[in-house]
Amino acid sequence: MKRSVIFMLAIALAAGATSLGAQTLNSGLRGPTPLNDEGPAPPMAPMRNTSEKEVRNYPEQPPVIPHSIEGYQVDLQGNKCLSCHARARAAESRAPMVSITHFMDRDGQFLASVSPRRFFCTECHVPQNVANPPISNDFIDIDTLLSRASPGGRR
Amino acid sequence: MTSPKLDRRQMLKLEAAAIAAAAAGMPTTSLAANLVTEREASELKWDKAACRFCGTGCSVMVATKDNRVVATHGDIKSDVNRGLNCVKGYFLSKIMYGHDRLTHPMLRKTNGKYDKNGEFTPVSWDEAFDIMAEKFRAALKKRGPSGVGMFGSGQWTIWEGYAASKLFKAGFRTNNIDPNARHCMASAVAGMMRTFGIDEPPGCYDDIEATDAFVLWGSNMAEMHPILWTRVTDRRLSAPHVRVAVLSTFEHRSFDLSDIGMVFKPQTDLYILNAIANHIIKTGRANKDFVSRHTVFKRGQTDIGYGLRPDHPLQKKATGAAKANDAVDISFEEYAKFVSDYTLERAAEMSGVPLNRLEALAELYADPKTKVVSFWTMGFNQHTRGVWCNNLVYNIHLLTGKICAPGNSPFSLTGQPSACGTAREVGTFSHRLPADMVVTNKAHRDITEKIWKLPEGTIPDKPGYHAVLQSRMLRDGLLNAYWVQVNNNLQAGPNANEETYPGFRNPDNFIVVSDAYPSVTAIAADLILPTAMWVEKEGAYGNAERRTQFWHQLVPAPGESRSDLWQVMEFSKRFKVDEVWPEELIAKKPEYRGKTLFDVLFKNGQVDKFPLSEIEPGYANDESKAFGFYVHKGLFEEYAAFGRGHGHDLAPFETYHRERGLRWPVVNGQETRWRFREGSDPYVKQGTDVQFYGFPDGKARIFALPYEAAAESPDAEYPFWLSTGRVLEHWHSGTMTRRVPELYRAFPEAVCFMHPDDAQEAKLRRGDEVKVVSRRGFIRVRVETRGRDRPPRGLVFVPWFDESKMINKVTLDATDPISLQTDFKKCAVRIERV
Repeated sequence: MKRSVIFMLAIALAAGATSLGAQTLNSGLRGPTPLNDEGPAPPMAPMRNTSEKEVRNYPEQPPVIPHSIEGYQVDLQGNKCLSCHARARAAESRAPMVSITHFMDRDGQFLASVSPRRFFCTECHVPQNVANPPISNDFIDIDTLLSRASPGGRR
Repeated sequence: MTSPKLDRRQMLKLEAAAIAAAAAGMPTTSLAANLVTEREASELKWDKAACRFCGTGCSVMVATKDNRVVATHGDIKSDVNRGLNCVKGYFLSKIMYGHDRLTHPMLRKTNGKYDKNGEFTPVSWDEAFDIMAEKFRAALKKRGPSGVGMFGSGQWTIWEGYAASKLFKAGFRTNNIDPNARHCMASAVAGMMRTFGIDEPPGCYDDIEATDAFVLWGSNMAEMHPILWTRVTDRRLSAPHVRVAVLSTFEHRSFDLSDIGMVFKPQTDLYILNAIANHIIKTGRANKDFVSRHTVFKRGQTDIGYGLRPDHPLQKKATGAAKANDAVDISFEEYAKFVSDYTLERAAEMSGVPLNRLEALAELYADPKTKVVSFWTMGFNQHTRGVWCNNLVYNIHLLTGKICAPGNSPFSLTGQPSACGTAREVGTFSHRLPADMVVTNKAHRDITEKIWKLPEGTIPDKPGYHAVLQSRMLRDGLLNAYWVQVNNNLQAGPNANEETYPGFRNPDNFIVVSDAYPSVTAIAADLILPTAMWVEKEGAYGNAERRTQFWHQLVPAPGESRSDLWQVMEFSKRFKVDEVWPEELIAKKPEYRGKTLFDVLFKNGQVDKFPLSEIEPGYANDESKAFGFYVHKGLFEEYAAFGRGHGHDLAPFETYHRERGLRWPVVNGQETRWRFREGSDPYVKQGTDVQFYGFPDGKARIFALPYEAAAESPDAEYPFWLSTGRVLEHWHSGTMTRRVPELYRAFPEAVCFMHPDDAQEAKLRRGDEVKVVSRRGFIRVRVETRGRDRPPRGLVFVPWFDESKMINKVTLDATDPISLQTDFKKCAVRIERV
């Protein structure tokens, strides 16, 4: 009897449905290790390294970096990212050109080159590890939302 | 992102089919088949909000559609960020949509009844508040007001902190309420109060574009205040004469912009600060006119201990621990003699920083032609002499008169989005009341009781348990009913193994945690309350430059989640004044007899003064709807009464829904950019030029304070310094940002940054698993010898965002004895191969 309840609970949880029974509440981010113990650290996974772009969640999102940037120098001496992504280099490198928004100063005025306020690319653009996040995200992008038959259905 | 990849050919085929379908009269959402053009469908509702993360206080534009957030971007109209966000800010759209949002209250039960060791079981709000009220009553009965307590947050909205403070300080008559800002800002607060007699920075962010030099003292702005860093970068690279000096105990990303990079041995910042003051005086560059007109000198108490438990040997040994905040008057000459021992040469020896760099640093301050901004955050504040560090950097700016003017600014950066607005200004600390007042001052309590319409003597006159003391009292079983809101203290607080965790699981205690997600603190609790977050409620934050910002509720909260504000106010209905106040207190206000705390605290003719009709049309407001009046406006206006006319003036409520924030004091509709400066600050008397009006004599204090050693230093058994901190991509304990896949993947797990030579000597390679072990606990983690943080030999850095590697099991709960803030940057560890 007890076993079958647990079995059904497991199914309900796996389906992401709301269970009204008792449940062992785990932190998906911590994993099963009890709070007063420390589990092993999984091996370090490499960073993704392709030229394949990822779809943005919304147009305003800074695109993530699909390739490794290990060892890239971005400091007072120079900006390695611009050696491919600068306007003049983009055709040759086939890398996306730095967005035109990046030429604007604080007052929205276009400068001759990329604004120094955008100098450190990794404040907004981040490379991606190949590791899979343990918890998924239910964000719904606008296209999906618009194509739904009944708006506002969930939540 | 998860859709199967199509090549260009397949894509074009699909599009052709869609266009054909449209031509055949089949239903589509718009006229142009591959583009939604119909305005009603494509229009997004955009509203402003303050960013949920750091103390910078960026304004964010939030797009909503069908009750969901669909996009966010930097607000072009905000002076703080002018259209930019950092990577966390750009992903705000996704923080509310982690798959495991909590949607109903959960109570630990066995066989249908509460059991401390039971399994979490969904319950109704009624049942949740029933058991909670029962446990609070039992604790009050057993121990009196000291038996209950709350740990809140610098991420509380202003009204949440204000309502919670009222409930505990006035309702339950206990000052056992403290914000997690104690871990982050308390040393800055005490530093300001000691030097200026009034809290929060004299300058503002406009200083960035006006200065000639930046000095970062224990602040990695490139990762922790990214948008301010874009402004610093803009200034440094746009104006080539500008210099950037960065001081830290390890190299980090802010060094990428530094002209003068300095890695010093932990704790020797005290030495460097005094040596700079000495250099200024010795080379005749003290601004004698400014010093004589606007400052006085003090010698601070020394040998003040380390805020450890009283039976700790270090505490017993400290002769000045009981009077840590004391100081005596001295003359300029006595001060000059005191610092004369601190030479740059000796500072170079002590700190390990090359002498020529220290000289270059000292000259940035000493040269009267160079305007200079000093920034600091946790490197100063999380320091067993953190208050001293704050005082010592003010010394330098005061000695040179480089203060309260555009480009000359000692600026304490804030960690959390409302550490200033809620923790400091509202006064949610265990010793504080609104507008810089304190519970130990009778006149301050009188003012507060009058505004709150309470009988004289309601607010207790002793400070309550502060953050670290709360954990100790839980552990000792003296704090038995405890409520945690908007923080994750089991992960964030120090010495989790010996204090926090045993305190939570102590069978004498009942622990309630309000959260949106099952954080480690939530799953260590007995009752979890599902909580509305960010734009699921109307909010207000106050940032590091005194800027107050509002936002509207933009979307509903999922399931049965309710805001922290609703929870506090609704819970207050469960208690009658007669049960929680002594008869002699009620006798002073007999009309309160038989009333609930809700009636007395929130239905007091002030908080309930504004009708629902004043809510701006087009916006939901769940709490106001629940209580029948405009809760947020009522709480705000009552709270604002504390500061108006007293140097903390806030604008009328509605103004903040229009503006991108205003910097207080706001007098006659004008915000204040530079405090204490005539012409900029309306509180400065005409003809004084500068007036530090926090003290009656109008003068700031320059303190003689020595170097004293850290609480725990490396030795043969534990040979490494451990420093902890944050990373750019994750906010604090990662409960929000690690649920955003892009941010998770950017920095998936905590690592132990160490010097390659140290690794080699221990026969370790990058990626090897090690134990980081202290006298208190250990974690298991992988070694990183490359990447963004480059520690010197003998020091390791481990970020604390990762709940699967709780580094605060390792840290020491030593605090600054004045601010009671933990030093998370220094303890001794050893590294063992697993």
